Amino acid sequence: MKLYCLSGHPTLPCNVLKFKSTTIMLDCGLDTTSVLNFLPLPLVHSPRLSKLPGWVSKDGTINLEKELKECAGRVFVDAQPEFCLPERELLDLSTIDVILISNYHCMMALPYITEHTGFTGTVYATEPTLQIGRLLMEELVNFMERVPKAQSATSWKNKEIRRMLPGPLKDAVDVWMWKRCYSMQEVNSALSKVQLVGYSQKVELFGAVQVSPLSSGYSLGSSNWIIQSHHEKVSYVSGSSLLTTHPQPMDQSSLKNSDVLILTGLTQMPTANPDGMLGEFCSNLAMTIRAGGNVLVPCYSSGVIYDLLECLYQFIESANLGTTPFYFISPIANSSLEFSQIFAEWLCHNKQTKVYLPEPPFPHAELIQTNKLKHYPSIHGDFSSEFRQPCVVFTGHPSLRFGDVVHFMELWGKSSLNTIIFTEPDFSYLDALAPYQPLAMKCVYCPIDTRLNFHQVSKLLKEVQPLHVVCPEQYTQPPLTQSHRSDLMLELQPPPMPYRRCSVLNLPFRRRYERIYILPELANSLVPSEIKPGVSVATVSALLHSKDNKHTLQSVPKPPPMPPSKKRKRVIEEPPVALAPKPMLSGAVALEAFLATLQKHGITEVKVEETADGHILHLQAEDTLIQLEEDGTHIVCDSEPLRTTLRDLVLRFLQKL
Amino acid sequence: MPEIKVTPLGAGQDVGRSCILVSIGGKNIMLDCGMHMGYNDDRRFPDFSYITQNGRLTDFLDCVIISHFHLDHCGALPYMSEMVGYDGPIYMTHPTKAICPILLEDFRKITVDKKGETNFFTSQMIKDCMKKVIPLNLHQTVQVDDELEIKAYYAGHVLGAAMVHIKVGSESVVYTGDYNMTPDRHLGAAWIDKCRPDILISESTYATTIRDSKRCRERDFLKKVHESIERGGKVLIPVFALGRAQELCILLETFWERMNLKAPIYFSTGLTEKANHYYKLFITWTNQKIRKTFVQRNMFEFKHIKAFDRSYADNPGPMVVFATPGMLHAGQSLQIFKKWAGNEKNMVIMPGYCVQGTIGHKILNGQRKLEMEGRATLDVKLQVEYMSFSAHADAKGIMQLIRMAEPRNMLLVHGEAVKMEFLKGKIEQEFSIDCYMPANGETTTVTTNPSVPVDISLNLLKREMALGGPLPDPKKPRTMHGTLIMKENSLKLVSSEQALKELGLNEHQLRFTCHVQLQDPHSDADTLHRIYTHLKSVLKGYTIQHLPDGTVIVESIVIKVSSSAEDSNTKVLLLSWSYQVKTWTLFLERFVIIYSFKCSEQQQDRELIDIQWGGKKIH
Repeated sequence: MKLYCLSGHPTLPCNVLKFKSTTIMLDCGLDTTSVLNFLPLPLVHSPRLSKLPGWVSKDGTINLEKELKECAGRVFVDAQPEFCLPERELLDLSTIDVILISNYHCMMALPYITEHTGFTGTVYATEPTLQIGRLLMEELVNFMERVPKAQSATSWKNKEIRRMLPGPLKDAVDVWMWKRCYSMQEVNSALSKVQLVGYSQKVELFGAVQVSPLSSGYSLGSSNWIIQSHHEKVSYVSGSSLLTTHPQPMDQSSLKNSDVLILTGLTQMPTANPDGMLGEFCSNLAMTIRAGGNVLVPCYSSGVIYDLLECLYQFIESANLGTTPFYFISPIANSSLEFSQIFAEWLCHNKQTKVYLPEPPFPHAELIQTNKLKHYPSIHGDFSSEFRQPCVVFTGHPSLRFGDVVHFMELWGKSSLNTIIFTEPDFSYLDALAPYQPLAMKCVYCPIDTRLNFHQVSKLLKEVQPLHVVCPEQYTQPPLTQSHRSDLMLELQPPPMPYRRCSVLNLPFRRRYERIYILPELANSLVPSEIKPGVSVATVSALLHSKDNKHTLQSVPKPPPMPPSKKRKRVIEEPPVALAPKPMLSGAVALEAFLATLQKHGITEVKVEETADGHILHLQAEDTLIQLEEDGTHIVCDSEPLRTTLRDLVLRFLQKL
Repeated sequence: MPEIKVTPLGAGQDVGRSCILVSIGGKNIMLDCGMHMGYNDDRRFPDFSYITQNGRLTDFLDCVIISHFHLDHCGALPYMSEMVGYDGPIYMTHPTKAICPILLEDFRKITVDKKGETNFFTSQMIKDCMKKVIPLNLHQTVQVDDELEIKAYYAGHVLGAAMVHIKVGSESVVYTGDYNMTPDRHLGAAWIDKCRPDILISESTYATTIRDSKRCRERDFLKKVHESIERGGKVLIPVFALGRAQELCILLETFWERMNLKAPIYFSTGLTEKANHYYKLFITWTNQKIRKTFVQRNMFEFKHIKAFDRSYADNPGPMVVFATPGMLHAGQSLQIFKKWAGNEKNMVIMPGYCVQGTIGHKILNGQRKLEMEGRATLDVKLQVEYMSFSAHADAKGIMQLIRMAEPRNMLLVHGEAVKMEFLKGKIEQEFSIDCYMPANGETTTVTTNPSVPVDISLNLLKREMALGGPLPDPKKPRTMHGTLIMKENSLKLVSSEQALKELGLNEHQLRFTCHVQLQDPHSDADTLHRIYTHLKSVLKGYTIQHLPDGTVIVESIVIKVSSSAEDSNTKVLLLSWSYQVKTWTLFLERFVIIYSFKCSEQQQDRELIDIQWGGKKIH
């Protein structure tokens, strides 16, 4: 059993598990942090961005002014932003049988894997994961295609040239794995391979392995996966949360008794308490509005935004923000808000109860109804005429490199009245802001990451007791910036097996048993005998059928009677193999009882001689010797009928296995 | 032999008060707990005294499963759980859990408040009963206890209707509830995987009909409504709040849109927003088309259908009104009916079943003069139409489901005996499986023949698989020999050697030795060598060793040669073998004997010898 690690990003994993002749990809995360090296894509022509100077090396020998631009003291790539794909060379991706998706953030690389690699398998995901994942992909494609940039930049990726570049471009890794965004057509084709599953649904893969998603409590429809056969169990834990937010609570007990637990997707903000951050978010927002400024919240269009809106719903009145307009701008804003209301089965208990009333589970329905929250597909169109300030705008993309957020950065960045509040933990806010510097606008960093922290995860692992834990290497040492915090790492016994991008791990498995089915006819014909109290054994000789990785045993059919004409058959070349072998024997032959039995069968003349290990019986009339010992019996006899008789008599004293 | 027992307490050769008891693998499950719409006495509820004479049912049932929210499937639930007494788990899907208490409360109000019946369940009892409900998701495998697991499939009969697969060990039963194999205006078609249950318990409402397509009935309905509107008449459609009402609303809404009709459509109060809201929130349970377009246009937000006010009934001109309740026995629908009954231009369309004694039942039976309270009579002049829109599988659909699930036995409920008989014949003929149709209180017993799951040692399995070559060859069966250890509840199949080791037993060696004489003039060593080379040529693929100490070992048979003391031409062959070596001894001995004959006749003949096989065994 092997684990191939195709992504080095701990929260955007992509691993491949080879387990009992199946090849299973676990998640398909797309590392988007690479886009931070690119210039923002403005929706409206930006004089500032279009007049940036090109980059020329200090000695003037290398001129990449078409590809690279200098901006605010850094160098950025001036091309359509590219994402860092999972490794494609580590193993043949066309051999993947299934892909298991744990949540909608971890499936963004799906089109790269399912298209153009020869992939012919099935993708399994829950319904909310599929629907919201589709929306997020749609949004990404829309962001890119709305601002087409014909030019692609590859010269800078050259190793020789890159050495000359300033950081962080110089230190970027795997740049040849950076690819431009997929098209909508590829998205549709990729998602057509998805098969929907429900929590705790058991899905059989080729009869060999059973996979089952479990609620992970992180987002709508998010799941951990159990991959098991009758005797082995692998748990895949990815993006789980124990906090009470909108999704169904995490199912912890089903993770018990795992041989191996693969642990990914822990919080990226181990020191930030989500509740505290939420409080800070609200107070900063209120403060800015009261001072007459605008608030910009760069965020994903699904996920934490539902919780932010719910929090604001309770906060608006008390903070006297009743008249402040809240805008949610995204090509998928409407869909995201609508979809969130129809997944009652996937929500926490409180929200489910609301649906029974029947009321929409999320209060943003009421915010929309009362016109407090308005949503628009983009800044163009209705929004531009209806837009009032001061206001709060939720919009993407959190990297600040594309999407409507770019426009608001240009619009509001120069005023110190305005505030940008970062809530998504995926990007370093300083890097995100780099191409907009110098900024007058206030920046508040309130990353809300509800995923498990180290304290919660060690408690969880104590609870579910896996034999081995596999995790990204980042979790086995404290963060670089806080190297003294030994509480910010996993400390386990036995120590976790770390992986990094391109690792291939041999998972410590001792497979010893396999499930087999004994057909009723054979089961009825077995003759069990009790060896010790409560333990019986029966010898089994049967036909083995193996089909679709399922094994069954059935009775050996009686050979058809030999036709008389074929009496002289050449058997030497084909010694019969179908006959059952003799069982193993156990026990000992008691001398006195054996002599008595012999007597019963008319063998009376027996001379018994004692030896070091037992006795030798001399059957004088028959000229036969029987050597009786603790762990063996030896019959020396030239007469065939007598030998058969003696054998059967001896066998009466022994247990057959 | 394990058995599965099925006993209908209701719905056995009958429609109404569905309640089926299943005993499987030592577990008792109640499927549905409905009431009979046609009775007002004790026969209204299933006879729970069948389960136990004295009191509570908790100890006798492992779980109760409700297939959908229709009262003939869940109407007796509060009575069963709160009045008879049951505290175990009750399973139903989310939509059923949401809608079922509303219908129960409606039903209670009509029975208690309107008809004045006492000894009936109360509002509080409905609430307490619903607290025992555990919601089910589609395809989720729910572990009721360590052995009993259930899984729900989409049934397409009403919002949230489910079929259930019940499994204990390797035995299983599927109960369909009511289902529909063709997608309709708002729901999708039932689906199940090839789960091969021991028994498929199917409804058989339309056992004999291959129904005209639903489209035809819809067209018929629309034509009637349209005609009536055209001639300026008013159309009354008495409905219950949930289910059919929404389907008919979608139908009229799209028709109005297409035909650009202007006549108003009204919803009576109490029916409006709330009911439609359930459909909006449970949109994932509707059909593909509605789900796909719900963001752009939610099918349950009606443009043409507006809330009704009682004063509108007197408005001039045509209109269509949906009003509750569905049987014209009380409330708004009855009031409107009284107002409109006198005009032959008007029409009432009854889209569902009516209980005896209700006005709905009377007018459907052609009664034209109705006695109202206070000795007044009402002349019924308006047109009366009946249209069945209930979504059940027809004979074709039932056969289709059998093909999907591949059951070993079939059991029919929820249908009329005569029709069942017909379908039973068809099923037995087409699928060659047994089909049962027990009456209420009658038990059907099916013996199952489950395979026994055993854990086989991987070493043993791999060894046996390797013997048969990498690919299974149907012509060459692979035999496997091992020892089955039965300890407590575990069954392990291991090789005999491993069994000895695991059980801590010592092996007892049983060996045999015999002497065979043969004529051979060569020296002892030569004879042995000749035997060795001969065996080598005859026994290909076996380990044959010639050891320097003067023995030849074939597998584990030891052969030694010595000369007889009297005659150096007579050689004595010493053969020694263990008990486990079997046919081999026979083979070898025969071989040696014949070899000796041959040697004595033609000294140099070392050709392969044809050996006769099939003689009696040596031991």
